Amino acid sequence: MFSLFVIPFCIGVVLLFAISAMKYVRWIRQFDKRQQVVIRHNIWSWRFLPAIWEAFREGLLHWRITRHHFLLGYMHRSLAFGWFLLIVVGAVQAILACPDGHPFYVAIFFNFFEPRSEHIVAFARSQTYAHVMDALLLYVLSGLTLAAFKKVWSRPLGMRQTTRHNLVDRVAKFCLWCIFPLRLLAEGATSAIYHNGGFLVTSLGSLMNAMGLDNEIFEYHLWVLYSLALGAFFTLMPFTRYMHIFTEVFLIYFRRLGLHDTARKDGYTLFELSACSRCGICIDGCPISNPLGINNIQGVYLLQNIRNKDLWKQSVNIAENCLVCGRCSTDCPVQIDLETIRRQVRSKDKAPIDKASGYQYLKSVHAFNAVGRVGYFGGCMSHLTPGITEAMEAIFRAAGQDYWYMDKERTICCGRPLLQQGFLQQAEELRHRNSELIARSGVTMLITSCPICYQSFTKEYHLNIPVMHHSEYIARMLQEGRIHAERSALRVTYHDPCELGRGCGIYTPPREVIQAAATLVPTRHEQEQSLCCGINLGNTVISNGQQGMIRDRAYQNLTEPKPDMVATACPMCKKALARGGETPVRDIAEIIAAQLTPAQ
Amino acid sequence: MDAADSARRAQLLASVPSYRLCIGCGACSATCSAGQFTQFNIRRIHTAFNCGQTDTLAEQLDSCMLCGKCMLVCPRGVNLRSLIIRMRQLLAN
Ligand code: SF4
Ligand code: SF4
Ligand code: SF4
Ligand code: SF4
Repeated sequence: MFSLFVIPFCIGVVLLFAISAMKYVRWIRQFDKRQQVVIRHNIWSWRFLPAIWEAFREGLLHWRITRHHFLLGYMHRSLAFGWFLLIVVGAVQAILACPDGHPFYVAIFFNFFEPRSEHIVAFARSQTYAHVMDALLLYVLSGLTLAAFKKVWSRPLGMRQTTRHNLVDRVAKFCLWCIFPLRLLAEGATSAIYHNGGFLVTSLGSLMNAMGLDNEIFEYHLWVLYSLALGAFFTLMPFTRYMHIFTEVFLIYFRRLGLHDTARKDGYTLFELSACSRCGICIDGCPISNPLGINNIQGVYLLQNIRNKDLWKQSVNIAENCLVCGRCSTDCPVQIDLETIRRQVRSKDKAPIDKASGYQYLKSVHAFNAVGRVGYFGGCMSHLTPGITEAMEAIFRAAGQDYWYMDKERTICCGRPLLQQGFLQQAEELRHRNSELIARSGVTMLITSCPICYQSFTKEYHLNIPVMHHSEYIARMLQEGRIHAERSALRVTYHDPCELGRGCGIYTPPREVIQAAATLVPTRHEQEQSLCCGINLGNTVISNGQQGMIRDRAYQNLTEPKPDMVATACPMCKKALARGGETPVRDIAEIIAAQLTPAQ
Repeated sequence: MDAADSARRAQLLASVPSYRLCIGCGACSATCSAGQFTQFNIRRIHTAFNCGQTDTLAEQLDSCMLCGKCMLVCPRGVNLRSLIIRMRQLLAN
């Protein structure tokens, strides 16, 4: 069972596995030391079970993409799962048909060998198998048709913008797109001569006969082309986005083992870079793309540039022009931690300008003895919105809460703005100062009004006391009946701050708080889909005018239902949105403070 | 002010175009988080940088915490954080 035409396919398979294995071994060896310890510790745990399910669900069924958009999910699924089933059912078919064994390529070129080889025997339900294989091929071809359609008009598949691919990706895609039509034609030609195959290829075979084609000549050439397309695709795969097919499975497994991105690019990051399928889903939601119309900085391009060493310099520029709004990481079906990867690129860790010695002056700040009280940290930005801090003090008083307003006079920044810009050591110094103050004061809990500080305290500090955002705190006080609010007739829309919502997953408490004092009106972009207010400290590149454009889009969404008031839970969002127009913008703390009533 | 200083100023203007919008109102310095602890004065730093008096600037700039308050109060929309980062980079070279 051999024919010369199988050679390109065989070479492709060998190269694919050899190159991929080499790459994977190299990346695994580059894992950060601590990550290696985690791997060794967890490798024999049960964690591989959910990883297998997730790999099946995401790698083959593309569940998350389907949730994002059904038709787009169907397209990805039919190509991935359809091709996978073609391989699996084809392999079973070959095993059943060749009881005394067969070379591996027979499964791929089964319809070619089946009529010619005496090693292949008739087996039970062989015709059913042929029909199933044809149905699967049709399934894949339907996905391919959608993919071709998407190239011309992507809107019906839920995409406003699609990825601009580089040359080698485009060549590989061309090979991939050739594979299935060529397979259909080759099988059709064989069927025209030998009348084998299922419903699809026999119909095509009859058609070819009816057209009077000289199938004897065609047939072999078509199989050669099919094998060439497969071989070329497999050879290119490790150098293109299609490397994501295998890499995503590894990434899912490593993530389940407990690995994650660290401050520096390591082996795990390398797996992430290659697990990106360049699907382009991260483009549409990005505020830098819509409304600003800048379409070269999104996650897909960042990863592509980092992967190509020659483009490293560009990747720094790309990484700088991002609001760190978290929308892309939330949308990414591979769940790549784009924020941390950006931070790795932005890192000024080795540069002389990231030095912590500038903050000696903070040593003059002394802790206050606040044992047994709760600590309140307004944050830098709250100093620009005194309405919020005053409302919080009123709420503390109403709840009979003993509190220490730790940055009432002067604020030491939480350090997150520095961290976002890649000044790791300086950020660490500020965290150290604040941690020391908090620990020495003896407070039992920390409450902050700023979502940036909240994210910083919960994720980057290692405090041994609970930390709450004021939305959580007020919601709890209301629940426990420690404060009471009277409902007003106001209709209010709520703006989810990026850092609080997508950043920390806090969506419900602020809504509960609003509902205690007003009527909450929904908007079109809520929760994970919420729009950035534009001022976010993550970006140092865009201009004031561009920030305004981003804000206008968010403001428009919030004021579309014609509310009496826009609510938010972040001093910076409040400042930004207040500049958007006439509708008053208030923090949820202010809304509650205005409606406080004495206990009945 | 020598040639190196003007070259540096030109570079700063090129990468932070909003720099030229500054009217020296001092709002940024009045609100500055670092300025509440020290003599750090971002408006004075602008002036010193413009005149090429850069001897102690790098050190002074190190006390900024990048908190962004200055940017929020600036009436002219000067991208102050970008300005500070860029100045630090230019002075380090
Ligand atoms: S980063 Fe995620 S969403 Fe963006 S192209 Fe890659 S896989 Fe798709
Ligand atoms: S974090 Fe936000 S601004 Fe940055 S690339 Fe992602 S979606 Fe765009
Ligand atoms: S970013 Fe720097 S200069 Fe601006 S207010 Fe904060 S500490 Fe002051
Ligand atoms: S607030 Fe703006 S305009 Fe005023 S001095 Fe500072 S940078 Fe210049």
